[in-house]
Amino acid sequence: MVKLASAEEKQVKRATRAAYGVTLAELAGEGLPVVAVDADLSGSTTTKKFADADPAYADRLFNCGIAEQNMIDVAAGLAITGHIAFTGSFAVFGTGRAYDQIRNTVAYSKLNVKVAPSHAGVSVGPDGGSHQMLEDISLMRGLPGMRVLVPADYAAARAAIRTAAQIEGPVYVRMGRASVPAVYADGVELEIGRAYTLREGSDVTIVACGVEVEQAMIAAELLAAEGIEAEVIDAFSVKPLDEETIAASASKTGCVVVAEEHSVLGGLGSAVAEALARRCPAPIEFIGVQDRFGKSGEFEELLDYFNLDAKAIVEAVKKVQGRKSIC
Amino acid sequence: MRIDIVRMIAEAGSGHPGGSLSCADILTALYFGGVMDHRPDDPAWDDRDRFILAKGHAAPALYAALALAGYLPEDELLTLRKLGSRLQGHPDSNQVPGVEVSTGSLGQGLSIAAGAAAGLKLDGKPQAVFALLGDGECQEGQVWEAAMFAAHRKLDNLVAIVDRNGLQIDGSTEDVCDPGDIAAKFAAFGWDACEVDGHDIPALIETLSQAKADRSGKPHAVIARTVKGKGVSFMEDQAGWHGKAPNAEQLSQALSDLGYVEGEEACRG
Repeated sequence: MVKLASAEEKQVKRATRAAYGVTLAELAGEGLPVVAVDADLSGSTTTKKFADADPAYADRLFNCGIAEQNMIDVAAGLAITGHIAFTGSFAVFGTGRAYDQIRNTVAYSKLNVKVAPSHAGVSVGPDGGSHQMLEDISLMRGLPGMRVLVPADYAAARAAIRTAAQIEGPVYVRMGRASVPAVYADGVELEIGRAYTLREGSDVTIVACGVEVEQAMIAAELLAAEGIEAEVIDAFSVKPLDEETIAASASKTGCVVVAEEHSVLGGLGSAVAEALARRCPAPIEFIGVQDRFGKSGEFEELLDYFNLDAKAIVEAVKKVQGRKSIC
Repeated sequence: MRIDIVRMIAEAGSGHPGGSLSCADILTALYFGGVMDHRPDDPAWDDRDRFILAKGHAAPALYAALALAGYLPEDELLTLRKLGSRLQGHPDSNQVPGVEVSTGSLGQGLSIAAGAAAGLKLDGKPQAVFALLGDGECQEGQVWEAAMFAAHRKLDNLVAIVDRNGLQIDGSTEDVCDPGDIAAKFAAFGWDACEVDGHDIPALIETLSQAKADRSGKPHAVIARTVKGKGVSFMEDQAGWHGKAPNAEQLSQALSDLGYVEGEEACRG
């Protein structure tokens, strides 16, 4: 089993985005031809930390100003001249605004561009619905050849950026604004195409990604207190999805809850449902934002408001357990 | 090249003859006039200049140039747009040697070219990047995002060529949404901009070679005044020939206009 955070490490809250710039600097230090392309948000995405890490890296950050479409295609141009190009901006602009650029240039040409924006999901908080991207996993997952990684914490984000740099071709890495407790031990290595079982259980499978992994772990503890043993799986790689691990768990427990800080339409829930429908049909409940836009509020308030928190997962578990006998 | 273009599109039964014919002389200057350094027998040659067809719908012109240069067998041209062919309706870089990046969605090519120019500079490489845009394409806002970026980064190894044929699908560019004085717009963005007769091959070679050599801190825009459908009497200046294939009779007329004689090696150019 992959190494999880110690009790001490869990006390340290860090945002996934905080891993971005420092990991790029780390990769550059290892000799990889990484470059970053951002759109006036290099402080927020932390790509500026890459440029500031070493005078030699200053020229390797290309700030396009507020021009996300240009940002993606400049990254494409850097990729066709031999660079590993990481893009920035917020997820709402860095995928939605520039979707055609990602589709027709990056994905269609299979370029070595890593679309890795920050501020995905409701973690943006007070900026409200215009800035809370809830469809990005769906958009990116639908693109042929695009790999989709959704790290749960700082250590997973570092692993995602490292693995994205090491694999040829387009990868989407979804990062958030909010500081979240550590799930994994520092320095953990995670792979594209793998899901990680963080807790074993026999009564229900909870498949989560991103900040919902922490919520799923809390839910599992609450359920354990009631005598329900939940298996918690981190679907770090939403695409390609580790269908083996998820189907094996579903076959053992007989029911599944999927949790994501994303719309319930087209994201991890859909991916899991598609896989289980083929491999191991089981009742599924979906934790996510229910076909609506986000709202201003603090991150923790929004987790509660949109029923994305551990308490909502517990309720979903009870509901899905009640449906086991139907199937 | 024009003969290949009309034959390919007629055989395919669809395609974009107007904008392919208008840029044929520009591609001739780039690929055969000594403007670009490139090696048809080694498409990935590290020291090549880069060419990006921003107006991806002129794919038949690019394929004809690549075939005449030796990147592709010439007899493959007649497979254009057919199932199983490498020659997609718009260029696919994963299939066609010599195509740097897939294009077809307008407005993106100049940004890609700017990124490539920035990438070459970052690595201290002297090669140039050429992008060929349509004039209607300049209605895309992203073109001007790229224009601002390229001037800001002083990408003097970047040459944007605008095929100023004055027509787009719905009519004249002036009637649809007037792009106005495109050279003045690029100049206002901080580019070195000039106009040239896009069918005068010696003038094109001279202008493009100068643009490539001039590394005084500004990117270069060359607005090439062209005639849409150039060389085919009934296609010239007709917006209706933007995206339509000629029938057998029209092909015969077109080939006659272009001086093609059956069974003889065609007059190329």
